[in-house]
Amino acid sequence: MAKSTRRRQLESAALYPLDWVEERTGLVGGVKYMLFRNVPRDVNWMQTLGSATLTAFLVQAVTGVFLAMYYSPDPKSAYASINTITNDITLGWLVRGMHKWGASVFIILMFFHMARTFLFGAYKYPREINWIVGCLILVMGMAEGFTGYLLPWDQTAYWATVVGINLNATAPIAGPYLAQFLQGGAAIGTDTLAKFYSFHMLVLPGGIMGLIGLHMYLVVRLGVTSPPWSSVEAGRPQTPEAPAPGGREGLISDPATGEDR
Amino acid sequence: MSHTPDEKPHVHASSLWPIGFAIGLACLLVGLVISWPAAVLGALLAILFGVLWIRDVARAHAPVDTAATRELVGDTPSAARAAAEEHELETYGRAGFLTLATIGLGGVIGAAVTLPSLGFAVLPSFEGDNVKYKKVDLGPIKNFPEGQFVVTTFTEDPVAGDVSRRTAYIRNNGLSKGGEPSFTTIFSRCVHLGCPVQPNGPVFEEKRVKYKDVVLTPVQPAGFGCPCHGGAYDTEGNRVAGPPVRSLDRYEFSIVDGNLVLGKPFSVGTVQGTGADATMTRFRKAYPGVHVDGIERWLYPIPVPGS
Repeated sequence: MAKSTRRRQLESAALYPLDWVEERTGLVGGVKYMLFRNVPRDVNWMQTLGSATLTAFLVQAVTGVFLAMYYSPDPKSAYASINTITNDITLGWLVRGMHKWGASVFIILMFFHMARTFLFGAYKYPREINWIVGCLILVMGMAEGFTGYLLPWDQTAYWATVVGINLNATAPIAGPYLAQFLQGGAAIGTDTLAKFYSFHMLVLPGGIMGLIGLHMYLVVRLGVTSPPWSSVEAGRPQTPEAPAPGGREGLISDPATGEDR
Repeated sequence: MSHTPDEKPHVHASSLWPIGFAIGLACLLVGLVISWPAAVLGALLAILFGVLWIRDVARAHAPVDTAATRELVGDTPSAARAAAEEHELETYGRAGFLTLATIGLGGVIGAAVTLPSLGFAVLPSFEGDNVKYKKVDLGPIKNFPEGQFVVTTFTEDPVAGDVSRRTAYIRNNGLSKGGEPSFTTIFSRCVHLGCPVQPNGPVFEEKRVKYKDVVLTPVQPAGFGCPCHGGAYDTEGNRVAGPPVRSLDRYEFSIVDGNLVLGKPFSVGTVQGTGADATMTRFRKAYPGVHVDGIERWLYPIPVPGS
């Protein structure tokens, strides 16, 4: 059915800003490529765990940025500022709650995502580096949990950090040095809280964001793995017009032509 | 896969240099513990043998020689040589120089930014006021009844404030055989992972005494127990059960103008005897969970500054 001239005019007017951006940056094509790339036909809900983890991280990043506006990282006022956030500031209880419970959600989802990757064999060639990157994100996520736990500066926070730091100190040879670096001196004090705050909101999130970028680049580049029970992966054609793919063919499409290679 | 003549051998001749390199490295690590000259010697050995090793490996991966190239090209010798020379000339052309210069300059600038920042982030934890202990005046000796443990809470560093609040379990043992005043001064932190141990016994809150911000509460413990992971100690601080790896840490003390003054904390292995007759070996204060005696102490060869 041919479109009316009027309709075509409207469409090109609506798309003009997008075309303007695309011509100057190529970003629209890039986003389209990521959103409309080929994935195996038999992916399932398990493969949404990675996106769920990313969402949990974004919740932490956004709520954390705003909590930082009201939190004060020094021993004399840290606990009081947490109290103010929770009890006095409008919606403070909600945002702090999201950050506190979201932290557990983030860690749990990382482990589920990791279990899915392991059980699907998605860590194997050619995705080994992405598995390693994921492990680094996991370690940094745990470090986020450790450093964030001190920030409320209550009895739980203090003694959990005492135990955590001394646990580090028991590692042979380097352990005591690591502990002393973490607490910023011979005992936990002002320097420890400021250092943990800096790690919690600057060093570790920066590292995690960089690694997530690399992680997702590799996901898009290498494609999504079929489940282990996949008949496509086993080489059986699903429909008469789809030829039997061998190995990992059909998982990666060529960005230039949009065709499978 | 067919064998092509330009393929390099994957296994090169075995070499003795890695062994020398390993010996140098071992010498460096042992030297770090024992003496600096040995460490320097180890470093020099490691560098020397490392360079020799790298030279060996590089030679094994050297590009095929002219004779092989000639064979490969299947052309007249002179033409092959000319081609090889041209190839070599291009290796260190202007582009190569600029590439190396860019990488080198970038590395220098990166190091100039990174190294001071890293030093600033790491070094202060190991020097200056961060690792100093201050003497604490606990008040007149008469506040410590002979033979009685007193839960003593005090502020270690007035500048840091409440975060440096510490607890010691102190018992006045009267005079030792040599006629010197004797105190058992046990630091409350568990030597498993640093939780506060508690006195197992009645606390006499009604007999509490205060001196400045020092609070003294008499207590009659049968021993000390840690609520975190169940470490248990006797009244000399010796471990009797649970995960701790040594006896409870203690404080040095002195008597100044009739007042008990606490000095540096130190670690002890095992305490022999009790009260005024107790003998023990002192070690630099170690982190909880760190062995100070026995074979396991070799796992922690380098003492941390301030410990």
